[in-house]
Formats: sequence, C-alpha cells, structure tokens
Amino acid sequence: MFSNPDLQTLVFGRLTWDAIPLHDPILIVTFAMVALGGAALLGIMTYFRWWGPLWRDWLTSVDHKKIGIMYIVMALVMLLRGFSDALLMRSQQALASGGGEGYLPPHHYDQIFTAHGVIMIFFVAMPLVTGLMNYVIPLQIGARDVAFPFLNNLSFWMTASGAATVMASLFVGEFARTGWLAMPPLSGADSSPGVGVDYYIWALQIAGVGTLLSGINLIATIVKMRAPGMTMMKLPIFVWSSLCTNVLIVAAFPILTAVLALLSLDRYVGTHFFTNDLGGNPMMYVNLIWIWGHPEVYILILPAFGVFSEIVSTYSSKRLFGYASMVYALVVITILAYLVWLHHFFTMGSGASVNSFFGITTMIISIPTGAKIFNWLFTMYRGRIRFEVPMLWTLGFMVTFVIGGMTGVLLAVPPADFVLHNSLFLVAHFHNVIIGGVVFGMFAGITYWFPKAFGYKLDPFWGKMSFWFWLTGFYVAFMPLYLLGLMGVTRRLNRIEDPSLQIWFVVAAIGSVLILLGILSFIVQLVVSYRRRDELRDLTGDPWGGRTLEWSTASPPPDYNFAFTPVIHDHDAWSDMKRRGYSRPLTGFKAIHMPRNTATGVILGGLSTVFSFAMIWYMWPLAAVSFVAILVVSIAHTFNYDRDFDIPADAVVRAEGERTRLMARQA
Amino acid sequence: MATQADTATSGEEEALRFYETEDHPHAPATLIGFWLYLMSDCLIFAVLFATHAVVGRNYAAGPSPADLFDLKLVALNTAMLLFSSITYGFAMLEMQKDRRAATLLWLGLTGLFGIVFVCLEIYEFAHLIHEGATPQRSAFLSSFFVLVGTHGLHVSLGIVWLAVLMIQVGVRGLEVDNKRRLMCLSMFWHFLDVIWIGVFTFVYLMGTLK
Repeated sequence: MFSNPDLQTLVFGRLTWDAIPLHDPILIVTFAMVALGGAALLGIMTYFRWWGPLWRDWLTSVDHKKIGIMYIVMALVMLLRGFSDALLMRSQQALASGGGEGYLPPHHYDQIFTAHGVIMIFFVAMPLVTGLMNYVIPLQIGARDVAFPFLNNLSFWMTASGAATVMASLFVGEFARTGWLAMPPLSGADSSPGVGVDYYIWALQIAGVGTLLSGINLIATIVKMRAPGMTMMKLPIFVWSSLCTNVLIVAAFPILTAVLALLSLDRYVGTHFFTNDLGGNPMMYVNLIWIWGHPEVYILILPAFGVFSEIVSTYSSKRLFGYASMVYALVVITILAYLVWLHHFFTMGSGASVNSFFGITTMIISIPTGAKIFNWLFTMYRGRIRFEVPMLWTLGFMVTFVIGGMTGVLLAVPPADFVLHNSLFLVAHFHNVIIGGVVFGMFAGITYWFPKAFGYKLDPFWGKMSFWFWLTGFYVAFMPLYLLGLMGVTRRLNRIEDPSLQIWFVVAAIGSVLILLGILSFIVQLVVSYRRRDELRDLTGDPWGGRTLEWSTASPPPDYNFAFTPVIHDHDAWSDMKRRGYSRPLTGFKAIHMPRNTATGVILGGLSTVFSFAMIWYMWPLAAVSFVAILVVSIAHTFNYDRDFDIPADAVVRAEGERTRLMARQA
Repeated sequence: MATQADTATSGEEEALRFYETEDHPHAPATLIGFWLYLMSDCLIFAVLFATHAVVGRNYAAGPSPADLFDLKLVALNTAMLLFSSITYGFAMLEMQKDRRAATLLWLGLTGLFGIVFVCLEIYEFAHLIHEGATPQRSAFLSSFFVLVGTHGLHVSLGIVWLAVLMIQVGVRGLEVDNKRRLMCLSMFWHFLDVIWIGVFTFVYLMGTLK
C-alpha cells in the first residue's frame, strides 16, 4: 500500500493483507453470506426509508423499553453466531473421534471454542439478562424510566461495541485460542503473540465497563425510583432478583476490568504480573478472574430465577409461595457467590483446609437454591395451572436445573473434582445449568413479556416446538458428555484417539441439531406471530391475568409508561388493584417530563470500537486520535444542559383516549 | 388528592388511591449512583492492592523499596494531595453560600495542588526509570508502577474534570446542575485522598520496612 514500510507500520500497525483469512473456505463462505445478508438488509432499509426512524427512534433512544429490546435483538443475533460455533465443534468431534482428522485444524478449533464461550456468556446471556431487566424493572416499580437514561444508552452501545469487535475478529485476523478466560501464561505475549488475545481483551474490556455502568444505573433505579408505597418487601420478585444481580455486577465487574488491564499491561508494556519469570504469578490471574467469574454465573442465573418466580405465580393464578424466603434465598446466594470462587481450581493445590472451605461453601449454596425450587413447587400446588409456553419453559427448567445442580454439588467435592476437573463432565454440568437455567429462563421471559412489548402474543404452536426441541436437544446433546467426562475425556480437544467413544460424540452432535431446530422454531415463531399479529393481538394490556404493575399499562406501553404514578398497597400490586376494583383514570392528565434522546452514546460506542481496533493492531496514531475523540465527545456532552422535554398534556390525553377506545372494543 | 378510583371501591374496603394525580418527583439518584461508581472504582484499587500484596516482595534480584523510595519526596507529595482536599472543602463551603468567585478561586487552588502532585509523581517515575527500576524489571516494580500510576491517572482525570467544571461554573454560575456536579467531583477528589493514604502506608511506608 505504502512504498515506505515504516510509514505503513506507523499507520496500519501489524495489519496487513495476510490478516484477511482468504485461505480458509469456511470463513470465506461465512463472509460472503454475512456480506450478502448485510447488503440485502441495507437495501431494504434504504428502500423503505427506515434509516431516519431507526436513528431517531432506536439508536439514539434513551427509552429503557427500546434499549431493552435492542439488547435482546443483539443477543439473538449473537446467539446465531455462538451456536454456529457449537455446531462446528460438535460436528468436528463427531468426525474426529473415529480416528480421522475432521475438518477443523487445532488452531481454528481453539478459536472456535474460545469464541463460543466468550460470545455465549458476554454477548448472548448478558445482553438477554440486561435487556430483560431494562425492559421490565421500571415498569414493575411504576417508574417512567431508569435513573440515568443517557447512561443506559451508553451502556448498550459499549456492549454493542464489544460484540462488533468480536465479530471483526472473524474476518480480520484471528480470535484468541486460549479458552474463554484467557489464562496466562498461555494468553501472555510469549505464548500468544498474535492479535487473538488482544481482540479478546478489548472486546471484554469495553463491554464489561458497559455492563458495570448498567449495573450502577439499575441499582440506583431500584433504590430511588420505586412508586410510593412499594417498600422493599413489596418489590416484585423479579426486581429483587435484578437488584441482587446488579449488586453482583457492581461488585464483580471492576475486578474483571482490573485483571484484564493487568493482562494488557503484561502483553503491551512487558510488565510481570502473570508471567513465569521475574516474580510474576500466573495463579494470581486464575484467582482474580474467578473472583469475577463465579459471581458472573449468579449474575446470569438470578434474573432467570426472578422470571420463573413471576411466571409460576402468574400461570398458577396464585401469589408466590414464601415471598420472604425467596428474598432471603436471593440475598444469601448473592453473598455466597463471593465465597466459592476457588472451587474452579481445586487442582491448583491450595491444600486440604482451603479446598474444604471452598467445597463446603459451594455445597451450602444448594440450600437456598433448593428452597427456591420448593417454593416454586408449593406455588403450583393447588394452583389453577395454565400450561402456556412460558410455564412449559419453567417446568423444563425445574427438572433440568435440579439435575445440573446435583452434578454441581458432585463437582464441589474436592476429591471428585480432582478426577473430573477440565473433563467433559464439567462441560456438561455448566451447560446443564446455563441452558436449563439461563437460556430457558430468558426464552420464558421473552415469551412472557413479548405481548407487553409488542401488543400481541407469540404464536404458541411454534413456541411449543421450540421448547420441546430445546429440551430434548439439550438432553441428547449433553447427557453423552457427562458419560464421556466420567470416562475421562477432557475438554477442548479437536480430536479424540479412541474410536469406541465415537458413538457418544455422534449422539451429542444429533442433540446439537435438535437444539438447532429449537432455535429455528423460535425464529419461525417470531415470523409467524408477526404475520398473525391481528389474531394474537391483546388490547387489554394484561393478556395473562398478570399480577405486577407492568400489566396495568397499555401494550406496548406509552413512552411515559404510566400517565399517573401508581400508589402501591400490597404485594402483586396490579393483582391487588384488580381485586379492590381499581378503575383507570380517564381525566386530569398533565404534561409529563421526559429525558431527550441523544446521539452521544452511539458516537462513543463507535469511537470505542475504533479505539479497540487500533489498539489490537498497534495503529498507535489512530488509537491516540480516537482516544482523544472519546474524551472530547464526553466533555462536549457535559456542556449540553438541555436534556429534558415535556410530553404535552394533550398528547397524553390522545394516547390515553386511544387506549380507552381500544379497551372498549375488546370488551 | 382524592381520585375518581376511590369512589369505585365498595364500602367495606377502606378508600384507597391507586395513583397520584400530582407530579411525583423522585429523589435525585445522582449521588447514590456516583457513590456506587466510587465503590466499584474502589474495587479496582482493591485488586491492585491485593496484587501488590502478592507480588510486592518479588524483587527478582532487582531493587527493593528501601533502595528506591525517597520518603521525603513522598511526604511532600502526600502534603500536596491533603492540601488539595482541604481547599476543595473550602470551595464547597463557598458554593453553599452561592459565592461564585470564591468557589472558583478555591477550585483553582485545588487544581494547582493537584497539578503539583501529578508533576512530583511524574518526576519520581522518571527518576526511577532513569535508574533502571522500570516496570519491566520485576513483579514488584510492575505492581508499584501500576498501583501508584492508576491513582495518578485518576488524579489527572480529576484535574481535567475540575477544569471543565470551572469553565461551566464560570459560564453558567452555581446553578443546580453545576452544584450537583461539584458534589460528585468532591466525592471523587476525597476518595482519591483516601486511596492515597492506603498507597502511602501500604506501598511506601510498609514497603521500606525491613
């Protein structure tokens, strides 16, 4: 490109044409498909003139509902990427366990399992959880938005920036080959000199800060913005679970930020935190990353517990059994989440006393979790149960999660762990709790709150198809892995030398195809529901006989959520209001004060992506320019004091009058 | 404040209102939000302190704190930071009396003390690197530079923030948004002071103990 190699290195760093993987047919085909799909999407957007509305109503929106939906859309897109990685791994192992080579060489396979883990945790599970919390919390506590609406938008764009960085690694350069936690010394500069680990570091660093900011935001929202009368022990249980999750986020993500920064320094500056020489200590990284990593798994599961609690109580038409004990269980799990991290590396050799301590604290966690399972069962007991799709996901969860929990208790026994550490048994265990817990919970939550967000229910037939494919697919895919793990197969192998084991890998691959059908059914469900939206329409705003405040407002809710701030007298505020004969106010509407949209979040997210990319490829001038640009844009944003506007009273009157007409039509 | 909904409830139920007809202003959440941010930042320092506790004596046959640290310089540096906290306190007192010029004067002094602190730290770092005690020399020096440097970076960003706020107070006066921002920066500034006490004690004083 440049005749002067020094100038080229200065501008482009280590980025050369070699970084484009033209030699890899899998990636070329993928890129062609992504490019075609992207071009088609851009064409459609331009043809229908959607750019303006997309920018004004979505990308720059500070409305918590729109940000929540954007998080979930991003997570579903990333799910397709992460799941493609899973299919590649399952098929590779099925092919390469019979003595063959398979089709994925180790350096490619290693990137795939790393990308699969990183994407599924950071860019699927986390955005699903954050998106659901964003959408539901303000509605459930009777608020009009979160405490810091602009910060919310910025958090989303930082997460999106991280996702974009991971996706870029697919087509420019490579991703880490280290496993999803990038343990040194393997992830150090000596063993991984390429850009893979740098992609990993910057994607997680930017997205992690976004998550932290969103955690602060949601805690402040729950603490400060509850409707009058909603004392802490009258909070909907999903909000309680979200509060615990966000406390965990604020208390855990700074550790990730710090430990990734130290790893970056080791790689970029040559410090000796985690190196093997000059006093560094790789085990310190393992400790630090798991002090973040263990709370992280509770960050994912607690909101799912909250979703299940809401669903069980709604579809059993009963108040949740043991509300107070549910809250205490959540809080106990939150605290214990910090006392168990060492069970991830009993084999480090900390000695019997340390291992016993962490083994016992780990087993203790099963007590509050078990209490929650019993509370859900007792909620269903003598309830009038409706087997709608969210309830199916919940029942599937209860069976699957108990199995996953029990294998977890097994792994918590240090001597057993010495045998099973890093085996496929472990892989089966954490997929058992993450799929059976988090994924089922998020699908349940999406199905449950979809009519609130869009005004029509999801088609139940395709929902049931999705559920049954996921459930059976999970068991077919992962029960063989338990078995293989017990037989001693370790994780992260691209080929297995024992042909007698091949049958189990083939069964597991069939399971992954069943899960694929589950994902496709979900997509079909979205399309079919959209086409049948008039039949599935709900005009009441309360399609399930809901119990909490979000069902008291229109579906989809107006920008201001509630025309008047609700006043709460009991648990399950909406159920209480219905019981006591609440009637909707029809007059007296006033202007409503709301935050104004802003483009600063998108711009900062874009600049962060450029900065990450420049740092990954050692393009120092570009890195400096984009960093200064980030500072300038942030400072310029603080000079804008005009951040709010009023929705005029007659606009509120119009919106509420429209709802009155619709409700009359339904009745 | 009675609403129409009340009349709909039956006689045996006590009259309840289910919504507020007047605006319901929420208590401002900025201060608690900023507190939460500070606590998360505190955890970043906790990691760095813990790291220093683990590798702080791994000299790798290189220089040790007793060879390197000039406690007199550090004492001077500490004094600068403590003075800047006091002057920030005076700025807040003036802010409460709505005296813009005096507030700006104390803020300016705070910034000057901050700049002197950062300059002294840069001098100390340059001196160490000149002597061959670079961050790459040993794990002790890595964690020393990163812990102290992270604090210094925070102070530097605080100075930038202070400058921006001084401009904003100068342009728009001590209105409610600016007062809230000054409160946040105040918490940030005192927080950095507290962290420095930890650094001073844990890294410099205890480091030089035999």
